Amino acid sequence: MTSRIRAIAFNTFREAVRDRVLYNLVFFALLLVACAPLLGEISIGVQRVLLINLSLSAISIFGIVISIFVGISLVSKEIERRTLYPVMSRPVGRGEFILGKYFGLAGTLLFNTGAMAGGFYIALLLMTRSFTQADANILIAIYFLFLQFVVVIGLALLFSSFSSPLLSALFAFSMFVAGTFASDLRAFAAMGQGPERWLARAASFVVPNLASLNVITRVSHDQLIPFGLVAYNTLYTGLYAAVTISGAVLIFSRRDLK
Amino acid sequence: MSRSSTTLAVVVLIVSMASCFFLVGRIARAYPSSPMEDVLFISSPEFVKRASLGYSGLLADIYWMRVVQYFGRKHQRDSTEYKALAPLLDITTTLDPNLVVAYEWGSTFLDQPPPSGAGDDDAAVALIRKGIRNNPDEWHLYFTLGFIQYLGQHDYLGAAKTFEEGSKVPGARPWMKMMAAKMLTDAGKLETAQYMWQNIYNESTDKSLKKNAELHLACLAVDQDIPILESIVATFREARERNPLSWNELVSSGLLRSVPRDPTGAPYVIASDGHIVVADWKKLPFITKGKPE
Repeated sequence: MTSRIRAIAFNTFREAVRDRVLYNLVFFALLLVACAPLLGEISIGVQRVLLINLSLSAISIFGIVISIFVGISLVSKEIERRTLYPVMSRPVGRGEFILGKYFGLAGTLLFNTGAMAGGFYIALLLMTRSFTQADANILIAIYFLFLQFVVVIGLALLFSSFSSPLLSALFAFSMFVAGTFASDLRAFAAMGQGPERWLARAASFVVPNLASLNVITRVSHDQLIPFGLVAYNTLYTGLYAAVTISGAVLIFSRRDLK
Repeated sequence: MSRSSTTLAVVVLIVSMASCFFLVGRIARAYPSSPMEDVLFISSPEFVKRASLGYSGLLADIYWMRVVQYFGRKHQRDSTEYKALAPLLDITTTLDPNLVVAYEWGSTFLDQPPPSGAGDDDAAVALIRKGIRNNPDEWHLYFTLGFIQYLGQHDYLGAAKTFEEGSKVPGARPWMKMMAAKMLTDAGKLETAQYMWQNIYNESTDKSLKKNAELHLACLAVDQDIPILESIVATFREARERNPLSWNELVSSGLLRSVPRDPTGAPYVIASDGHIVVADWKKLPFITKGKPE
């Protein structure tokens, strides 16, 4: 079972990294990173802060775009090109197929994030001439961004297992936006009464808790990220991904592919 | 498509595009739109923060850039109105409450009298107090607040209290305590202001902040020179019953050793009424004495 998932994941990764669109997006993100020192010049006292904020936001935004747009096409493209049928005719379960696709795209995102983070650290070194201990803290923020992508890939895959690519993209993006408001939803629930209270509370748990995965502003001011948050976020992402992937497997297993 | 058609299409494209640029310029000159620099677009800081989708740090940097550009443009035109400055700073610091540079510089932009700044001491104090609330461990913010209370509001007691509070913050420089004491005893003296600007000069790592401190120190030196020179002129007047026509008269009479120069290197000027003025006060914008009538 593991070898079959690994084979699908590897093929997904290989197919994704061959995609020119992906390179364009990564190139554009790196271009933004390169622009940060120039933007810092027309401001006062925020050169380093701006480089961190702009670079990490670029990594995040482009990563989210890749997660959604590649994620929604993972299944639909296979059905459209009819390449899914030869795979399904082999002893490969639908669950294994979904898992393989998921890990393949997660691997691609890990690769892209690593490349963009490399570009960012080169820009930081050129600006500051040396690294400090605080710069290692930024790695935690980049790791959290990768966790965001892991959550969004799961959502994109879940929606694409039962919906058209366009609607899947819309749903996944809406969940991403709603996820940034998760803590506001909880605050809203605390203020509400009766059914609205429970509805808002339920919604705040259904949407991904993305706010805690974005610590860009904090690391830009060299604020330390507690280890507890790293552990909680890792655990939460694993659990949320498990929920979305299980949902996708359940729906895709019952889907009529004829 | 034939070669001639391609050429024609290229020519039409280039000519039309160039005409469009020309026409847009003409329309803009003939019917100028109202200036947009005082327009905020979105005035609620909380809304902007929510709409940032978690990228509030980046948006704060963009707003801070806008503040710097807005202030720079207005300052360049010697503007006396900075309507959007305080709201822009409020949005910036709500988006990123830890952006200390925005509190420090922003309050200076707000505090300095027009045309060097907005001349709004209350807004400057409100901004810096917000900074202290969000960053209680930043002693620089206490210093900036004390500085505004001292030089902007002439609230020496308040300034003494602020310097005292700031001196207790870990990492605060020992001269903060000294400033607190000076506020209570020698607040009105030029030496106190000099002491303060000298500390800013010594502490600053930022080039423009250092340059600003240097300029203030130069202006304070002029404020100190003028009364001394005017008393020398008065001595001459008493002896000769007229004002000196040039510095050489004072040098040759032994009252001065050489022609006195202001910090820019230009000689001071003796006005016909005996008052001393600087040659170009625009190079020394913060002087309180020595400005031509």
